Amino acid sequence: MGRVKLISRFLEIENCRSLAVYEAHGGYAAARRVVAENWPMDRIISTVKASNLRGLGGAGFSTGGKWGFVPRDMEGPKYLVVNADESEPGTFKDRHIMMNAPHLLLEGLIIAALSFGAEEAFIYIRGEYFEPYQVLKKALDEAEKAGYLGHNIFGSIRSLEVTMHRGAGAYICGEETALLSSLEGFKGWPKLKPPFPAVKGLFSRPTIINNVETLSYVPIIINQGPEYFAGLGVEKSGGARLFGVSGHVNRPGIYELSLGTPLSELIYEHAGGIKDGRALKAVIPGGSSCPVLTAEEAEKINLDFDSLAKIGSMLGSGGVIVMDETTDMVRVLLRICRFYANESCGQCTPCREGTGWMTRILERIISGEGSFRDLDNLVDISGMILGNTICPLGDAAAMPVMSFVTKFRKDFEARVKASATVKM
Amino acid sequence: MSDSSAKMVKTVIDGKEYSFPEGMSIFEAAKSVGIEIPHYCYHPGLSIAGACRMCLVEIEKMPKLQISCYMKVAEGMVVHTSCERVKRARQAMLEFHLVNHPLDCPVCDQAGECGLQIYYMTHGLYFSRLGENKVKKAKKAFPLGPYVMLDQERCILCSRCVRFSSEISKTSELGIFERGDRSELDVFPGRKLDNPYSVNVVDICPVGALTEREFRFKTRVWYLESAESICPGCARGCNIYIHYNLKRPYKNQGKRISRLKPRYNPEVNNWWICDEGRYSFSFVDKEDRLLKPLVRLDGTPASPGWNDTLAQAAESLQSTAATTKGEMAVLVSGRLTNEELHFLKRVFNEQLPGSRFYFSALTPYPETEDNILRKKDKNPNTRGVELIGLGPGSADIGSLGELKSAAREGKLAALYLAGHDPADLPEPEGAEWAEILANVPLVIYQGTNASATSLKAHIVLPAAAFAEQEGTVTNFAGRVQIQRCAFQPAGDSLPGWEILSRLGEALGGEYKLESARAVFQDLALNCPAFAGLDYDKIGSAGIIYK
Repeated sequence: MGRVKLISRFLEIENCRSLAVYEAHGGYAAARRVVAENWPMDRIISTVKASNLRGLGGAGFSTGGKWGFVPRDMEGPKYLVVNADESEPGTFKDRHIMMNAPHLLLEGLIIAALSFGAEEAFIYIRGEYFEPYQVLKKALDEAEKAGYLGHNIFGSIRSLEVTMHRGAGAYICGEETALLSSLEGFKGWPKLKPPFPAVKGLFSRPTIINNVETLSYVPIIINQGPEYFAGLGVEKSGGARLFGVSGHVNRPGIYELSLGTPLSELIYEHAGGIKDGRALKAVIPGGSSCPVLTAEEAEKINLDFDSLAKIGSMLGSGGVIVMDETTDMVRVLLRICRFYANESCGQCTPCREGTGWMTRILERIISGEGSFRDLDNLVDISGMILGNTICPLGDAAAMPVMSFVTKFRKDFEARVKASATVKM
Repeated sequence: MSDSSAKMVKTVIDGKEYSFPEGMSIFEAAKSVGIEIPHYCYHPGLSIAGACRMCLVEIEKMPKLQISCYMKVAEGMVVHTSCERVKRARQAMLEFHLVNHPLDCPVCDQAGECGLQIYYMTHGLYFSRLGENKVKKAKKAFPLGPYVMLDQERCILCSRCVRFSSEISKTSELGIFERGDRSELDVFPGRKLDNPYSVNVVDICPVGALTEREFRFKTRVWYLESAESICPGCARGCNIYIHYNLKRPYKNQGKRISRLKPRYNPEVNNWWICDEGRYSFSFVDKEDRLLKPLVRLDGTPASPGWNDTLAQAAESLQSTAATTKGEMAVLVSGRLTNEELHFLKRVFNEQLPGSRFYFSALTPYPETEDNILRKKDKNPNTRGVELIGLGPGSADIGSLGELKSAAREGKLAALYLAGHDPADLPEPEGAEWAEILANVPLVIYQGTNASATSLKAHIVLPAAAFAEQEGTVTNFAGRVQIQRCAFQPAGDSLPGWEILSRLGEALGGEYKLESARAVFQDLALNCPAFAGLDYDKIGSAGIIYK
């Protein structure tokens, strides 16, 4: 348990953006091996399954399991889509990978494509990530020139065309089915499931959508063996991931930890503790949509999927937002709420209307016009959204409200009491 | 919809086990056993949006509530449509729909038939807890096209209209723009909602966002009564409701018909009608309706009442037949009902043997056609004319051209026009006919409205319009359908079959029948094409002749 250097090893190598440097450090060995040894799809899938790698975009679904869902007996094209639309507030890990180790992502992409027979892949990159786009595009060109992408990859009979597509600034397009709508040229609206993209995805073809970080672990797993990766961390929730720490810590940044590492170790050891020696107040463990943890919870919790699920939160995208005792929880919640209200696509009613409604209630509380009833209403409204929407954005907007108002009720009550005093 | 070969699955809904065809949605399955699930975005004729979330139901073994419009029944599935959890969710979804709704029901045309009002009464009934300002939107009372008005604030963004325009009219004028609660319905830049089916979006709009420009502010919907009918606009015979207002005659300048609405018939028009058909009713309440029988035999017009008029008509016809060698011509229209056609044929064949029938499908309306609903033939009953033996293809039925030459050559002694206004046809036809009619010694006109033709006629017999009489029409595919009587004929006008039966009596025959139903049964006895058809079995959906 603790800090590991799997992806971060590459992030720390100077100029690992270049193909030559990446290869000098063992890059493309895994992809080359899979192609040269002509690994059957099942072998790739079972290897990744055995590694226990889970989707690191936020949902935490078994990666190998997902690849295995693609129907084998279907004629015609299948697609791999890389979700590089990293936009969850507090999350900035994929950007580092694309900026510093783009070939690691591309190598993972090749192996993933081979696992279910995709000959065409798309990288959907957040529009604001212009620099990462340029770096990744350059790496892509290099890899194509070297014959690792395009026709006859690594001199084999296989082909893999990669197309990059820049998003236009909508958070919702990071939701996988909205991403597909956007990529198809439609408004970025999520689609109803089932069918799941693995069966009917991009242009109605079987499609696998993987997060940047998830794919970047694949070459490492092939090289070091799935047992090694699975053996990191704790039983049932093995492996490692990048945690992006932001907020009131002395050393914000990216830290790669094996799963199961205590959150306190991340905050106090790796991130250098709370700024100016102040006390911890709250932590959002995995991007702004994850239910917030109190200081007490944060001190005790281990960073793995199951531990966080047990206390009603999530590991999410690994974006750890640390808040100290000076934090105004009402303002933080308004900031989060406003984000989701802005980014709600508007397709389904509870999210479209509820996110704006909750935001306006919070604005009223902050303006000094709040009441105790507003607090109950906030919890109730978030409960009315939760689980009732087409896509997880509704849940993402509801969970912070529910957890903030419930766990930090005193902060909210103080705010509405103060406003009551003013009114009298 | 469900073919018998489909595999059946057993699903429990609200405690009762049923068998449903595999692939059926929970919503449709529930509906088929009499359980109505509230909904806004779902429409059986459109793709599934899953947006409104009103139709959430609980399915055992699934942690979240599921939308019943999208989820399909499955073997062993247990569904609850009205447990407390579902009821609470419905209330919640309704509350969300109303967060930014302006609640301007007192000035909204949809009031009385609005999905928000209805579900508030059936599923809502909560106290308001909205202290917030509503999102303002720009386009209120904004014309989207020639017939449809948009109010963006009333819109609940169910996307039915958007789906209609892309899936049914295939014109794709509409879209939803912006995001979140700023989302708004609009036409795409530079477009208008101007397609032959545009007003259907008003029918399927569950709220007051899309309203009919023609109908706005004319009548409150709760004053409207409804009659089942068939659109008189073309050979398709779309099923419609006539919405009419007799309760507040001072509204809408005394016009009785307020609007036509499509009536679902999967064999004919599904849920839709075209705009041309929808607005084909204006003649019914027009000022130029013929209200009294008119005799103009010696140049000066007189209105001696029905008995005298028909007696004079009979006498003129008989004396003309007796004294001249000229032809007795009858111009038959596909706008007449089967009952009118039947008596037209019987009366002239039996009482004035030697009369010759002519037929023309020509109307003053443009011959628009597409592969959705509209048919080029703008008569609702041309097929009926053919089946009764008065149309092209039947022996000795003349064409319009032949009638013209006969009239030009002075061969016509008398012309009986029923449902035809040849002098009102588009030029050059119209002017030509005005001239022709002037040369026929006896012109008898049976019709609803004053026209260039009726002005030339020596005897004018005012007929009831389609909404004022009962009758059957046969659509292009041979489906016999009933136009029900919504209200009494205007003035002294009479149903066409009654005019003909009384004329027949005046001519010395026996035609006393009590109703359109009785005439139809007489038709079924006398006309092989209609043999065996029973008026009482026609029903709402019509029957196809064998």
